[in-house]
Amino acid sequence: MSTPILSLRGVNKSFGPVHVLRDVDFDVHAGKVTALVGDNGAGKSTLIKCIAGIYTPDHGDFLFEGKKVEINGPRDATTLGIEIVYQDLALCDNLDIVHNMFLGREKKRGSILDESAMESLARKTLDGLSVRTVKSIRQTVASLSGGQRQTVAIARAVLWNSKIVILDEPTAALGVAQTEQVLNLVRRLADNGLAVVLISHNLNDVFEVADNIAALYLGQMAAQVDKNEVIPRQVIELITTGKSAGVESVGAKK
Amino acid sequence: MSSSEMVETATLKGAMHDYWSRIKAGDIGSLPAVLGLIALCIVFGSMSSVFLTPGNFANLLTQAAAVIVIAMGLVFVLLLGEIDLSAGYTAGVTGAVLVILITNHHVPWYLALIAAIFVGVILGFGLGSLVARLGIPSFVVTLAAFLAFQGILLLLAGEGGTIRVEDKTILAVENSNLTPTLSWVFFIGVSIIYVLVGLNRINSRRKAGLKSELINLWVLKTVGLLGILGLAVFALNVERSNNPDLVSLKGIPYVVPVILLILVIGTFVLSRTAFGRHIYAVGGNAEAARRAGINVKQIRIMAFMICSGLSAIAGMIFASRQNSVSPTTGGSSTLLYAVGAAVIGGTSLFGGKGKMSDAILGGLVVAVIDNGMGLLGYAAGIKFIVTGLVLLISAGVDAVSRKGANV
Repeated sequence: MSTPILSLRGVNKSFGPVHVLRDVDFDVHAGKVTALVGDNGAGKSTLIKCIAGIYTPDHGDFLFEGKKVEINGPRDATTLGIEIVYQDLALCDNLDIVHNMFLGREKKRGSILDESAMESLARKTLDGLSVRTVKSIRQTVASLSGGQRQTVAIARAVLWNSKIVILDEPTAALGVAQTEQVLNLVRRLADNGLAVVLISHNLNDVFEVADNIAALYLGQMAAQVDKNEVIPRQVIELITTGKSAGVESVGAKK
Repeated sequence: MSSSEMVETATLKGAMHDYWSRIKAGDIGSLPAVLGLIALCIVFGSMSSVFLTPGNFANLLTQAAAVIVIAMGLVFVLLLGEIDLSAGYTAGVTGAVLVILITNHHVPWYLALIAAIFVGVILGFGLGSLVARLGIPSFVVTLAAFLAFQGILLLLAGEGGTIRVEDKTILAVENSNLTPTLSWVFFIGVSIIYVLVGLNRINSRRKAGLKSELINLWVLKTVGLLGILGLAVFALNVERSNNPDLVSLKGIPYVVPVILLILVIGTFVLSRTAFGRHIYAVGGNAEAARRAGINVKQIRIMAFMICSGLSAIAGMIFASRQNSVSPTTGGSSTLLYAVGAAVIGGTSLFGGKGKMSDAILGGLVVAVIDNGMGLLGYAAGIKFIVTGLVLLISAGVDAVSRKGANV
């Protein structure tokens, strides 16, 4: 397989006495959806927060496109083209779609906000993702449905020519139809060449869109395997016990 | 998609429909304040023969000025979901600094004013730092500052109790008027700028191929607003002195352009700059703002600095109105009236919603109640009760509309 766009090697992270991540290896490929699964407390959120620069790992290496990089803050991550879409969305209800999509990175002419440029680009991005459910991009986010909000959050992540988009439980709060919509969008992102990391509890979702599955168990990477090599039962075993017959665990590889 | 959007608000009816659905969604803005102001003016106008006279109108503006300026500063803090209870006494302290510099140290008024604003900004920096960096709730920080600033003001005012100001420019702010000709020039200038800015916005959106505000709706709004302003200028240009041969009183009080200038700058900052956008973002969802890479602490501190800086301008207005600064300047009901003004105007106490003009509308409502009930001879106690009730109703409307928006 090609060089992963992002590789983590031996990443450790502790919060006081709690050792949350232990020697985690993790690979992300461009054009693929990599699902990150694991039980509550397995360290999924901590891992992606390390990638996003919100936490700094205690030790461990990050390789971006084969080169060693340091990520010491959210700015470093976004500079590399890593965008993260949080579970709790991180949208401002009181601002409209355009404002939210450009939040923190507003387009300006001099010191004045360039609303027209932002609106055009937001519109183009949403169209490019074939998003047709939003009535007006000048409506406040408060008035959107859960699926629409998720769509806006994802659209914001791809607005920046990003290379890696990390989605934290994007379908957790959605109904059936909206879940389908968001999963289609996830697939489309990968098909457009982005590296997508999908965190999910829902194995149906995982098997529907993922190419590659990484299972965390108690802070350790139990296995990272191709989707076609495993069946859901094995993934469940990886999540609940950290090993499964017939799946080579990462530890065994060493 | 874009073609269906064009249809959506391409008619006046469509625009009205949009507005109505926004109101139903809880985004009522300053509608209650506008309706309230009209209702109050009708009630007081019918009950008192003095209320709707030009003299009283000018009075009302100068009465409301200081509270409005403090309220405009408070909007920045309220937008973050914070509060500054010390803003009133900040005006008192900075007013004292201004007057002491002018009267005791013979500093020119403009240098003294710059110094007073600087002191205000420093005080705001202190408050904002305690809130943003140490994480003490703004309610507690500014409550402590409320008491402490009152103490500083007492010490500054000293044994005599009041410090008089004789400087002509400072006194003119609240006590003199533009000449009628200059008043009209001022009005025409403001109108031209307003129209040009509006046309420019519509034009640039058209050029970018974006949906723009409906042209005839914009014309309607502009004509309405400028019409009301023109009427106000006309009323203010009527001779309102009882003895015109002795002293002539006509024209726009100087304090009005001062307030308009703050309004324009503040509105520009809030709606056209990244800093302003970030203030709304922090007030709407501080965590989202932080994740978007916004320096939330810095925004908080800046908002408190702006609030206290504007309070210093209010301090100057107080000094001008009272011809002096005393230990009660900026005290008693000042702060509560200012918070009330912002909230009555439509600024949310929960953060993320509000604008500069809210402070003016709400400030006028508060001033009209105060002024109207005073003319009708009600005791101060009754005025406080009514103003308190109006504030409570506004905060209630805010809370209920917020609930409505979330359901």
